[in-house]
This record gives sequence, structure tokens and C-alpha cells, in this order.
Amino acid sequence: MHELSIALSLVDTACEEAQRHDAHVVALHVRVGALSGVVVDALRGAFELAREGTPLAHANLQIEEVPVLMKCPACGGPRPVRSIQQMCCADCGAPATEIVSGRELELAALEVA
Amino acid sequence: MSITTRLVEVRTKILKANDVTARWLRQHFQECGVCVVSLVSSPGTGKTLLLEQTLRALRERYRVAALVGDLATENDARRLARANVPVRQIATGTVCHLEAEMVRQALDGWNLHEIDFLFIENVGNLVCPATYDLGEHLRAVLFSVTEGEDKPLKYPTIFNTADVAIITKMDLAEVVEFDLTAARQSVESVRPGMPILEVSAKRGDGMQQWLELLSTRRQAALRPDTEQASVQQSAELG
Ligand SMILES: Nc1nc2c(ncn2[C@@H]2O[C@H](COP(=O)(O)OP(=O)(O)O)[C@@H](O)[C@H]2O)c(=O)[nH]1
Ligand SMILES: [Mg+2]
Ligand SMILES: [Zn+2]
Repeated sequence: MHELSIALSLVDTACEEAQRHDAHVVALHVRVGALSGVVVDALRGAFELAREGTPLAHANLQIEEVPVLMKCPACGGPRPVRSIQQMCCADCGAPATEIVSGRELELAALEVA
Repeated sequence: MSITTRLVEVRTKILKANDVTARWLRQHFQECGVCVVSLVSSPGTGKTLLLEQTLRALRERYRVAALVGDLATENDARRLARANVPVRQIATGTVCHLEAEMVRQALDGWNLHEIDFLFIENVGNLVCPATYDLGEHLRAVLFSVTEGEDKPLKYPTIFNTADVAIITKMDLAEVVEFDLTAARQSVESVRPGMPILEVSAKRGDGMQQWLELLSTRRQAALRPDTEQASVQQSAELG
């Protein structure tokens, strides 16, 4: 599973940022898109292992799951898709040829003390 | 005692290092005029056989080379080397996918200016490779008639990152009562508009369409007015 290597990158990134701000990390805010290829539960488990012996040992991991949005040619603006198995506009059924969000895999923010 | 906390915005991609290397690779490929195609599928779908036949066919008109990712063995690299083109193995060890940095290292010492097509066979896995950009121009996702028509619905993410779907082992379609219409519908459902090829690398079915698609994509990818090329040009001018 690749979640462990992702969790290790996450821990590295967060520790670097914390050091830059000379701060103690209380929580990590992470955004995971439904099309990122990352399983949220697997990432939580991997994070527990990856943070051992780091300054993040007691930090709280907060994951925001980002839904897939498409640019719907019929409805105009961004619209949710039915599901990642059915990539079409949830409102009108137009096929999703342009994805505007859902691939995110990012450390959005740190809560520091 | 109360602890006051504050929020520090970071907004950094967790796999930033991979993205940076992939972007560097893509630009490098562009500069050298090499079109890069990656193949992903489950183990045993037929990546190596399709690649071997592709290398043999393209060798007549193009200078071709291949990288092949495998957990431990060098068997695939040995099979591909029979096509008499440069082949390198990337042993990933315990890592279940290729990363951009592995590709960069594997290319060390190769003069990419002397290659027209570079193929990359990823590790057999339909999950992890979805998350890693390798800087390729074209990603082909394969599934065979023996794996079931709903494979795309089970692994929508990898299908969604691909540019073309290839249904392999078409010579076995009849014996396994493969429902081609249902298979095409599953691809269309997870990735609307993606081209779908029906191929038997063993018998040769569909190879012509595949080779034509490769030539067309190569021209499109390396056209000087593509986005990458214009970015690169403006960087040079500025
Ligand atoms: N009948 C048939 N067998 C195939 C075809 N392509 C591959 N195979 C067989 O399927 C097995 C796995 O193929 P391989 O290319 O090693 O798959 P990979 O793991 O995806 O690289 C081998 O025994 C191949 O000979 C095909 O088009 N038709
Ligand atoms: Mg193989
Ligand atoms: Zn719509």
C-alpha cells in the first residue's frame, strides 16, 4: 500500500512547516480528493505509524474529503458527479469530461500553539 | 491553563516532490523530442507481451526504448530485450508502483535525443500507480477479457487518470463469454470519452489501431505549439 509512503511525506512536510514557524503542531488539516487514489482509513492508520518518534506524536489528524466536481457543459458552473463510478453530472447526467476538483492530496493547514 | 492555538495555512501537495520531478521529466522529454507512454494494469493482463509486440513493430520506423518496473525479478526486461531495443529494469523492491524519481534515475546515461518513443511498464497494480505522475505523455490502462467487464468500475481512479483503455486477450473473448458492450460501458462510465482499443497481442488484433494512436499522439505531444513547449519557449525568451 502506498498510504505509508504518503503518510511519511505528510509527516516530513508538516515537521518542516512547524520548524519554519517555530511552533508546536496541535492538529494537521489535510484534504483528500475522492479521485486522489488514497483511502482515508488507510491514511489514518499509516499516519499512526509514520508519526512515531516525531514532534507530531500527539497531533490530531483532521481529514477533509473533497468531492469530485465537474464543469458541466449543460448546467454551466461546477457540479458534483453522481459517483466516481458514474462520472456524469448529478443534476443533468451530462458526461464529465472536465474535472475541476477531487484529485487533491494536500496539507492545507496546521493548527499550532 | 488554556492553550491558544492559531491556524497556519500551508497548502502544500503531500507528494510535491514527485510532482516536481514529474514536471521536470515532462519538460525534459519535450526538449529531447521523446514521446513517453506508460502502461498500467493488474499483474498478468498482458503489458509485457503487448509491449514486446509494440517495440518490434515500431522499431522499423522509430527509435524505441523501454523501462520496466517489477518488484523483484528481471524476467520482463529479459523478455522485452528480445525485441532488440534498449531496455532497463527498475527493481522497485517492496514499493508497489513507480515514482517519478525512479524513472529519472533509470534514465541516467541514456541520450534521450536518440529516442523517439520511450515506454514504461508500471508494476502490476491498479491502485497505487494512480497517485503518481511519471511525466508521461500518454497513460494506457489495460484489462483483459478474463478479468471481467466491470474492472473499470472496481478501479475507477486509475481509469480516470488514463488517456486510453486497452482491452487485452481479445482472442479469448469468446471462450470466456466476454460482454464487450458492457466492458465498453464501464469504461465510458468512469472516464467519458476515453478511446477504447480491443487488442490481442498474441494474434495481432487491434495492433494497427494501437500503433496509429501512438503515432498520432506522438505528433500531438511534440508539436511545437503544445502548452509545455510554449511555456518552455517563454522561459527561454524571458
Ligand atoms: N491468449 C492470450 N494470452 C496473452 C495475451 N497477452 C498476454 N497473454 C499471456 O498472459 C500472460 C501474462 O502476460 P504478461 O505480458 O506477462 O502480463 P503482464 O503481467 O501484464 O506484463 C502470459 O502468459 C502471456 O503469454 C493475449 O493477447 N492473448
Ligand atoms: Mg509484465
Ligand atoms: Zn449538468
